[in-house]
Amino acid sequence: MDQRIGLKTENLSIGYGKKVLLSGVELEVRPGAVLTLIGPNGSGKSTLLKTFTRQLKSLGGKVLFLEFDKNPDGGESAIQNMDEMSGGEIAKMLSMVMTERPTPELMTCREVVGTGRYPYVGPMGILGAEDWQKVDEAMKSVSADEVADKSFYEISDGQRQRVMLARALCQEPKVLVLDEPTSYLDMRYKLDILENIRSLSKKLGIAVVMSLHELDLAMKVSDRIACVDGTCISKIGTPEEIFSGDYVQKLYGIEQETFHPLTGEIFLRSKKEFPKVFVIGGAGVGLPVYYCLQREEIPFAAGILFENDVEMGAARALASRVISVPAFHPMDDKALEEAKKVLDQCEQAICPLQEFGPLNEANRALRDYARAKGILCEDN
Amino acid sequence: MKERMERKVFIWILFFAGCLCALVALIFWNVTSGSMSVSGKEILGILTGQVKEGAAYQILWNIRLPRICAAFFLGGALAVSGFLLQTFFSNPIAGPYVLGISSGAKLVVAITMILFLSKGFRVSSFGMMAAAFLGSIIAMAFILLVSLRVQKMSLLIVCGIMIGYICSAVTELLVTFADDSNIVNLHHWSMGSLSGMSWDKVKFMTFMVLLTCIVTFFLSKPIGAYQLGEAYARNMGVNVRLLRILLILLSSLLSACVTAFAGPISFVGIAVPHLVKLMVRTAKPILLIPGCFLCGAIVTLLCDGIARTLFAPTEVSISSVTAVLLAPVVILMMIRKGAAKR
Repeated sequence: MDQRIGLKTENLSIGYGKKVLLSGVELEVRPGAVLTLIGPNGSGKSTLLKTFTRQLKSLGGKVLFLEFDKNPDGGESAIQNMDEMSGGEIAKMLSMVMTERPTPELMTCREVVGTGRYPYVGPMGILGAEDWQKVDEAMKSVSADEVADKSFYEISDGQRQRVMLARALCQEPKVLVLDEPTSYLDMRYKLDILENIRSLSKKLGIAVVMSLHELDLAMKVSDRIACVDGTCISKIGTPEEIFSGDYVQKLYGIEQETFHPLTGEIFLRSKKEFPKVFVIGGAGVGLPVYYCLQREEIPFAAGILFENDVEMGAARALASRVISVPAFHPMDDKALEEAKKVLDQCEQAICPLQEFGPLNEANRALRDYARAKGILCEDN
Repeated sequence: MKERMERKVFIWILFFAGCLCALVALIFWNVTSGSMSVSGKEILGILTGQVKEGAAYQILWNIRLPRICAAFFLGGALAVSGFLLQTFFSNPIAGPYVLGISSGAKLVVAITMILFLSKGFRVSSFGMMAAAFLGSIIAMAFILLVSLRVQKMSLLIVCGIMIGYICSAVTELLVTFADDSNIVNLHHWSMGSLSGMSWDKVKFMTFMVLLTCIVTFFLSKPIGAYQLGEAYARNMGVNVRLLRILLILLSSLLSACVTAFAGPISFVGIAVPHLVKLMVRTAKPILLIPGCFLCGAIVTLLCDGIARTLFAPTEVSISSVTAVLLAPVVILMMIRKGAAKR
């Protein structure tokens, strides 16, 4: 890459018609970096991306192409305003993959990818040998070469998305815009597409802007994340900055416990009434029991857990009551007494935990206490 | 991969060669068939300009040949117009007839005819053309207005059919209150017929159709981009707004030309693009536009020949022939496509 070009917006306002949806948008995507937009449905992620691809007119402010120096922390220069460029000029700078898949008739995948060469070919739109070579290279780079001669209708959604990505690449963009590139895809293709986006962006120095609904993936694939909340970009930062505290839960308007910012896990809501069952768990063995009880809508208590236990997120989200002790501290008598008190009020106790050691000796005592009371369910 | 490509090119060459052969055969059939038989020697003489008088010359030079030329150019125009509309609406049954363009043209032609004839003027072929063109543009503009408001293109077809009904109703109303002599003309016109062509008319339509088709051909590249959808076309640097206007203008111009000279001819515009796509197995506009033109010409020549000769000396309206021949083709194609998508 001789030119390292990224995208920048200055005080951009966007929306449909005359109604402003987002205003004061200040974003910057550097070459080789991935910026992900997250936010609830209808918050304006797609609208923003559609403004970048000029499907919508901006309602104020500027979208600029910036030339960045080779040094990633270096300065920027040679500003080109998108509003002052022709369609053809922009086409050589920016390409896209939209959520809606096109439905071209009688086109092979190779021909679909070939349309990416459009801005570079002559007035009759005939691709030369060099163009076809670039088409094949692009297909190979996303491992879509095996479907090249198949009809675009014949292939699966995942392969179709690969083909659309190849098409966008073969347009040789400096900036790549993707609207929910993982929608409709199974796990394998979700990973595949995101890995491709990530590695190609680094390799070719493409600035990537995309929207994602999978927060756990957004956390892992993005260099920076921008939160879109329906009126403005409410927060921009590295994934670590965004996924700490309860910011994301507020953004999506969900209860704090139902999303675990560190792992990206989401939990369904459970009945948090007076606990009927006590689960003695730890180190993950309790998780299937929690999920089962949540599905059956049986309120339960969990304990005794270390604060840093893998089960802690799920227990906080699902259990009516959690008895915990600070991480790396032995479970003391105080916790045991508290747990016994809760257990006394439960109709049943379940102990999926099989391993006990010096630190969680209290859990063994708790199990024996339940057994003595005759409420321990022995065969899970 | 290369072998496949070569096979495709072979299919394309075969297709165009087949088209040319069919065209030659049909022209020969149309020249020779009719109420008066003309020998091959006479035909050759007339075509090379050696014979310039006699009944055979009159029939061939002033009746059959202009009619063949008209069928050729108008048929091609219909098919190309259908192709453009199908691309524009990304709807397989869009066509000048289904979208009410022909009905709009008919209404304005009826108004003009009745208005002018009642004042004692004869309507010239240019006047008819202008009226039909105006009618198609009005109908098309209405469709376009609706298309800006609705996202679902299937709704547009419904609108087109409704517009067709409204126009037909108004036309009927006008006919009810018009003089009988005027109605005969209009009725004759609205049946769709290629009879009564003169070289003047042929010259004019050749100019119009060729010009429009050449412009269309040079729009192959943006039309190809448009097949991926509007958003992608814009991303590839196509001026979508301009292309839309051009597509509508060109297709209206073509169907207006046909309606003005031959009246409404149904189904050629819908069926031929499907047939061609089926045969060449591609959606590349650069191949489809000339392919549609040739195939449209062939189909129209065939249908006109049948219309002339089936119950000779009585002539059947060309629309009845095209409908009977091509409507089943459209149905078959829809079923096939429905099956292929699943």
